[in-house]
Amino acid sequence: MVLLLALTSTAWHGLHAGEARPLAEDELTEKRLVAIASELRCLVCQNESLAASNAELAVDLRREIRTLISDGRSDAEVLEFMVSRYGDFVRYRPPLQGSTLLLWFGPGVLLIVGLVTLLFYLARRDRAIRDRPLTADEQRRAEALLQDRDSRQEQP
Amino acid sequence: MNRFLWPLIGFVVLVALLAVGLNLNPRDVPSPLLGKPAPAFSLPRLDAPDKAFSPREMAGQVWLLNVWASWCVSCREEHPVLVELAKRKTVPLVGLNYKEVRGDGAIDSDKLTPTAERQMVIERAADWLQKHGDPYTLSVLDVDGRVGIDYGVYGVPETYVIDRAGIIRMKHTGPITPEVFAGKILPLLAELAQ
Repeated sequence: MVLLLALTSTAWHGLHAGEARPLAEDELTEKRLVAIASELRCLVCQNESLAASNAELAVDLRREIRTLISDGRSDAEVLEFMVSRYGDFVRYRPPLQGSTLLLWFGPGVLLIVGLVTLLFYLARRDRAIRDRPLTADEQRRAEALLQDRDSRQEQP
Repeated sequence: MNRFLWPLIGFVVLVALLAVGLNLNPRDVPSPLLGKPAPAFSLPRLDAPDKAFSPREMAGQVWLLNVWASWCVSCREEHPVLVELAKRKTVPLVGLNYKEVRGDGAIDSDKLTPTAERQMVIERAADWLQKHGDPYTLSVLDVDGRVGIDYGVYGVPETYVIDRAGIIRMKHTGPITPEVFAGKILPLLAELAQ
């Protein structure tokens, strides 16, 4: 979390460095802009957020979001503006819907399947070890081996 | 035997998933505009900048909207395909000249007045078409890229197939290769022409 904060704050400073003009005009607008843009993916450099990216399209889109905010649109409306043009792909947190069920719950399901498998395996192994006493033959071999080891230890 | 079978199956499944996943093109982002009406706009025409063009004028026709710019390297790659398409008069092709000056990193467009910028856009776009051939029925000028945003443009070139009712039926991101044209666009055009 601290790392994330550090990352976003450095990204934000980078933004300040790249683009000095329209910022700090209205602090509240800028705060909302950063909050929204951090949730959105830049389509040009897909692993950067719209807030952090210096790609030209990102600059354009930030300008567009800034305009929408000063027009009095809500955060949800701004998000809708972006999604209706670029698709759910721009959202870093995709909505919960049929096609994203696996994405949201897949890891949890895998974890549960893994745990259940592990428990079953351990229980079965436990039973296998506990339930079967040694046969007379095995008993003899075990004793022979133990004796063999003992005698070897005495030798050196 | 059973001891090795399951890990082996797991491994094969993993390899199959990776083979498919790593071969997907991350640039191929499905457009939410498919099946929706092409966003309206009214932009100046390159050939007659005091006249405007709007997609409404194309109602009743199947047409292509191709996003291009002279600074766009991949546009040069697809250009011969477009010129060929225009020669065969397959379908009307409208060019959306996208951020001709602002998109060019070499120019500091902040220092230009709007009039000077517009003049520069027209000169550069016309020059480029003269040099490489003009396949467009007409081109319009999206100087600040705002119409591009409405169409969800994120990488030039992009091409949209729009049907008679003005609905976007296909979007292709990246240059149109002869394969894409013959394999994807032509069949769709044939289907839409019926």
